[in-house]
Amino acid sequence: MTERKIRVLIAKPGLDGHDRGAKIVARALRDAGMEVIYTGIRQTPEMIAEAALQEDVDVVGLSILSGAHMTLVPQVLEKLREAGMDHVLVLVGGIIPPEDVPKLREMGVYKVYGPGTPTRQIVEDIRRAVLGESQTQPEPMA
Amino acid sequence: MSRDLAQRVLQGERRALARALSLVENDAPEGEALLEALFPHTGRAHLVGFTGPPGVGKSTLVARLARYFRREAPSPRTVGILAVDPTSPFTGGALLGDRIRMRDLAGDPGVFIRSMASRGAVGGLARNTAAAAQVLDAAGFDLVFIETVGAGQAEVEIARLAHTVVVVQAPGLGDEIQALKAGILEIADILVVNKADRPGAQQLARTLENWLGRRTPKGEGPDDASPASASNTPWIPPVLLVTATQGEGIPQIAQSLKEHAAHLKRTGAWQERERRRFESELRERVLLTFWRRWETRAKQLGLSQLLERILKREISPQRAAETLLRQMWSDQETKG
Ligand SMILES: Nc1nc2c(ncn2[C@@H]2O[C@H](COP(=O)(O)OP(=O)(O)OP(=O)(O)O)[C@@H](O)[C@H]2O)c(=O)[nH]1
Ligand SMILES: [Mg+2]
Repeated sequence: MTERKIRVLIAKPGLDGHDRGAKIVARALRDAGMEVIYTGIRQTPEMIAEAALQEDVDVVGLSILSGAHMTLVPQVLEKLREAGMDHVLVLVGGIIPPEDVPKLREMGVYKVYGPGTPTRQIVEDIRRAVLGESQTQPEPMA
Repeated sequence: MSRDLAQRVLQGERRALARALSLVENDAPEGEALLEALFPHTGRAHLVGFTGPPGVGKSTLVARLARYFRREAPSPRTVGILAVDPTSPFTGGALLGDRIRMRDLAGDPGVFIRSMASRGAVGGLARNTAAAAQVLDAAGFDLVFIETVGAGQAEVEIARLAHTVVVVQAPGLGDEIQALKAGILEIADILVVNKADRPGAQQLARTLENWLGRRTPKGEGPDDASPASASNTPWIPPVLLVTATQGEGIPQIAQSLKEHAAHLKRTGAWQERERRRFESELRERVLLTFWRRWETRAKQLGLSQLLERILKREISPQRAAETLLRQMWSDQETKG
């Protein structure tokens, strides 16, 4: 009857207070027809897992600019597992040194995005992973 | 499977509750079965709606009030929260930001917050918000807070769903008169002037009091109520000055909620409101079923041929509609 809505939690763990990038991604995903729950800055791993659970999201997008990704990401993944939310797709965006990317992926992160990644690509990745779509329609402009 | 899920919801399992809300929100067939299984366990929660223009502080207020009921009230009560934000009519997407104001409630097992996109419904709620509220009710939350989409218009939908409607206003929005015109105050059981730390709050509260005073019929105010006639004393919505960010005035809202619930129960209005809610739900369900049947049958019944004939002026729209309806009904009879 109704089409499947993709639900995404966009969260900023850690202490840095810049959420411009996170907001841009949040809007792009909304404009691609997704329901985006935005929780604001300075979220603890516990808060993120709790919100992911309550909102029953398909995707958790973490924006990390502080350089603390190697400690924060495993913590978030652990809390998601504890909450029974290990099926969600975890994406990480931010300033991530290339050598950390394979390590993050090994931990269970689906994709890592550097600054300047076209938001289209994030949209496509999410659609493909959640809906199993191989092709995406052209996006409506924001 | 849904039986099992219902059981887990009733036992207060949070992951099950989250799944249940999704099934119900998405009109999944399992959602219907689930609602049915949960229905006997509903009817305990006090459903409270919060409505008012964008940015008046509804989310901040809901969070502070929930915190009060959890940590400060003489006897703590559990709180389920449904926060509705608008779906973009152009993209079908939504940015749900009410949680930003509710971070204080994190980690409390007596609180459950769920954001809902309006998904094309008008009137400040999503079509399945009422069903979601039932799920939270069955899960055992004492209070269910429902924050509507920020709007200046009269939110009939929330008045239909909630036992108590809190209308939130704030100074400096320049739309006090607008609010009066839009009839939003007519649905208020409790009026909150939030942002009382801002200039103009007192003035706004006085304006609202005056307006309420004019509306209240003479001789029926609380001063004239003798104990004997207490059961038919009308409820006079209090006007409360609140600074949600500081928590000022929050205990007064809690007190008014309690008094309003008691008033509704004493006067039979609680049941009356429930009756109205179920009546409209019944009507909606029946209409929806008709509508769906029509949508699936329209083509087979020769809608496009009839349209051609209408265009050629061979048959009037009225006659064509009659023809279609007659066929729909005869369908019905041969089936049943
Ligand atoms: N000065 C002042 N600001 C407040 C008060 N309550 C809320 N705010 C601020 O008002 C802004 C909007 O608050 P929200 O709680 O998001 O308002 P809302 O009505 O939920 O907004 P929408 O859901 O977008 O309609 C925020 O910046 C709050 O910090 C208050 O009592 N005083
Ligand atoms: Mg809000």
